[in-house]
Amino acid sequence: MAPAGTLAVGVSTLWLSLIVLIPLAAVVARAFDNGFAEFWDSVTTRQALSALQFTVIVSLLVAALNAAFGTLVAWVMVRDRFPGKALVNSLIDLPFALPTIVAGLTLLALYGSNSPVGINVAFTKVAVGMALLFVTLPFVIRSVQPVLIELDREMEEAAASLGASKFTSFRRIIFPNLVPAILSGAALAFSRAVGEFGSIVLLSGNIPFDTQVSSVYAFKQIESDNVDGAAAVSVVLLFVSLFVLLGIRGLERWGTRHDR
Amino acid sequence: MTGNGLASRLALRFIALAYLAVLLLVPVGVVFYRTFEDGVSAVIDSVTTPAAISAFWLTLEVALIAVPLNAIFGVFAAIALVRGRFPGKRLFDALIDLPFAVSPIVIGLALLLVYGRNGLFGEFPLDNWIQVIFSTPGIVLATIFVSLPFVAREVAPVLREIGDEQEQAAATLGASGWQTFRRVTLPAIRWGLIYGVVLSTARAIGEFGAVSVVSGKISGETETLTLLVEKRFQNFDLAGAYAASALLAVIALVTLAGMTLLNKREEDTT
Amino acid sequence: MIKVHAVTKRFGDFVALDNVSLEVPDGSLTALLGPSGSGKSTLLRVIAGLESPDSGDVEVGGQQATHLPPQKRDVGFVFQHYAAFKHMTVRDNVAFGLQIRKRPKDQIKAKVDELLELVGLSGFHTRYPGQLSGGQRQRMALARALAIEPRVLLLDEPFGALDANVRADLRAWLRRLHDEVHVTTVLVTHDQEEAMEVSENLVVLRDGHIEQVGAPCEIYDRPANEFVMGFVGPVSRVDGRLFRPHDLVLSDVPADGADKATVERVLHLGFEVRAEVIRDDGERVVAQLTKAEADALELRDGSTIWLRSPALSATPLNA
Repeated sequence: MAPAGTLAVGVSTLWLSLIVLIPLAAVVARAFDNGFAEFWDSVTTRQALSALQFTVIVSLLVAALNAAFGTLVAWVMVRDRFPGKALVNSLIDLPFALPTIVAGLTLLALYGSNSPVGINVAFTKVAVGMALLFVTLPFVIRSVQPVLIELDREMEEAAASLGASKFTSFRRIIFPNLVPAILSGAALAFSRAVGEFGSIVLLSGNIPFDTQVSSVYAFKQIESDNVDGAAAVSVVLLFVSLFVLLGIRGLERWGTRHDR
Repeated sequence: MTGNGLASRLALRFIALAYLAVLLLVPVGVVFYRTFEDGVSAVIDSVTTPAAISAFWLTLEVALIAVPLNAIFGVFAAIALVRGRFPGKRLFDALIDLPFAVSPIVIGLALLLVYGRNGLFGEFPLDNWIQVIFSTPGIVLATIFVSLPFVAREVAPVLREIGDEQEQAAATLGASGWQTFRRVTLPAIRWGLIYGVVLSTARAIGEFGAVSVVSGKISGETETLTLLVEKRFQNFDLAGAYAASALLAVIALVTLAGMTLLNKREEDTT
Repeated sequence: MIKVHAVTKRFGDFVALDNVSLEVPDGSLTALLGPSGSGKSTLLRVIAGLESPDSGDVEVGGQQATHLPPQKRDVGFVFQHYAAFKHMTVRDNVAFGLQIRKRPKDQIKAKVDELLELVGLSGFHTRYPGQLSGGQRQRMALARALAIEPRVLLLDEPFGALDANVRADLRAWLRRLHDEVHVTTVLVTHDQEEAMEVSENLVVLRDGHIEQVGAPCEIYDRPANEFVMGFVGPVSRVDGRLFRPHDLVLSDVPADGADKATVERVLHLGFEVRAEVIRDDGERVVAQLTKAEADALELRDGSTIWLRSPALSATPLNA
């Protein structure tokens, strides 16, 4: 490997370790500081479990919803033509660009007690769901779009010449080729939702056993100096993240298994 | 296109656009409406308080440190991923995405545990160099963490696509490694670099959760714009919170517009 | 079996087909031949229903098809880049059209087995297209198209993406297949050798118009105009008239009506020998002879020969 390559590897690994890996390792170390039993106790307190359960369920629901609608939006973005499409395409990235706290505030304005449309779901589970829906909107869309663009149109023409209706063509030809991308995007959305903090912290009221998510629970533990408890829950969240990340890699390999 | 085809196409379009409008446009619209409800001058006052101005500069300062550092990392990482061959490359590739997947609270806690008083380095930094936690360096570190992957993820595909033939050609023509990098590689990846920097900056400015943990939220010192929004909200200064939010929203929209324009620019010039 | 009447098709400002009419004889193997942009692929796609003409009509199998979608036209279509359903096995690819038509499972199995045998892919049932070579993929695509027993088989530059030797094999194979299966087949190609070798009926197109229709040898010997002559075979120009290089006569002794010329270069291309000669008056001409003829004349660079263009030979009808 060229010397430049070695330098690149060295520098980037060093930076990554310093900034990301060592701090995260510190969390894991702290969580297991007093042994596995302590860790397990921290993670399985009633409040922690309730938060985790709520977090996972609402994240799954949001990921599923965005998977369905995201695929639809990606379809329209790639296959349809209408004035202002470029503008809409840019706007899809809004949740990426907008600070999460601002997202939380805007959703509060819209769905809170002063709502202009009369919907008041602040401090409810629905509110958390809405916030997560906003924040994870772009993931599936951006995952599916490039696959749709690359899709061989001739496959659809072949299907048509063989007698397949548009719907059958979608079901048997297009959709199977989209599934890996949809799952990939949904997994990223799930991963993001599970850890989301800023957009939820204002809107949910953080009512323990009701609308409290794991990230907020961890935050509260830090504030009350229960760093061990926070670290324990953090490890669970970290584990979920890593699991999802590696799963996505696997999905990508699975998705391209037929390409040659 | 038969009648049936047209109807279904319009139906899909309507559903897609309605979904986007409800989730994206309406909330943003409402916040701008609420912000300017009491008039523009009130808003201007609100964003020009000493706290606000200080928050603005702090946010900017942090971004100006974090983004260039991550840009350099990003270019190195992209080169390592695309041109390098080393054990654990696949793992390295996956780990770069960690900042995308990890909860901001976990990030804050992690930094706390390393640089805090009871952390890895103990009281050493505090006594001898600088205070990290509850001070600007902590905020900088948190921001670097969350905005780490963007440049790498934008540059790597570009680097992969252009291949290394141009660089080989430069080498046969006598260019040194640095010359090749500066005159062949860098210009080739410039658009990926630009996009990465823009996205990185937007992310840096918008960070909240991690910064929430490591900052002391000391107004005028360790309060970023995002923290300012939260503080005002907690203090029932709703109008103030909206004003600061509107400022951040404008920055976000400018970022989006910038990306769109840059996209067009790239299409026109390549 | 296929009738195209006054079809025009535009893509923006570009006129792909300009008032084109054509009748494809039942059961024939017809080739649409022409350079890029001649409209041949567009014409094929209009017949298939993958494009709609701006004006004119299309009849397939005696039925007005102009406004029918491809699903209803009962045409088999084969694409240059195979359009294989890459996520399905070979078996599922070939069975696809039959599954759409809800045929019983055992019937489908029998048909798939029969077709895979016909195209020489028996035993490939569970492979994926990604595991096949280009030639195999195209044969699978043909099996897939034939499975639905189409009225018409349309092939859009089917061998264009394949290596030269694979192409040659598949051409011969397609001819034999057509002899066996006898479905009306239309093949689009820009390769005149392919068109001449495979088809019984040749249609030459240029710039959205049909230049000539006929049997390959007819078109070769009696081309309608200069373009067709030049497109289907080599051309030599002598005294402003066009001849086939192999119709020009070279001799080593002076003859009536022959002009003296010097051989500039002799190219030995196996059986064929090409002689680039320059007449005494400066005109350069390319003649073609067999190896035997060249040997008999002891042709070498610099030899003196006499060149005669016969009165009776292939020249454009409208030259």
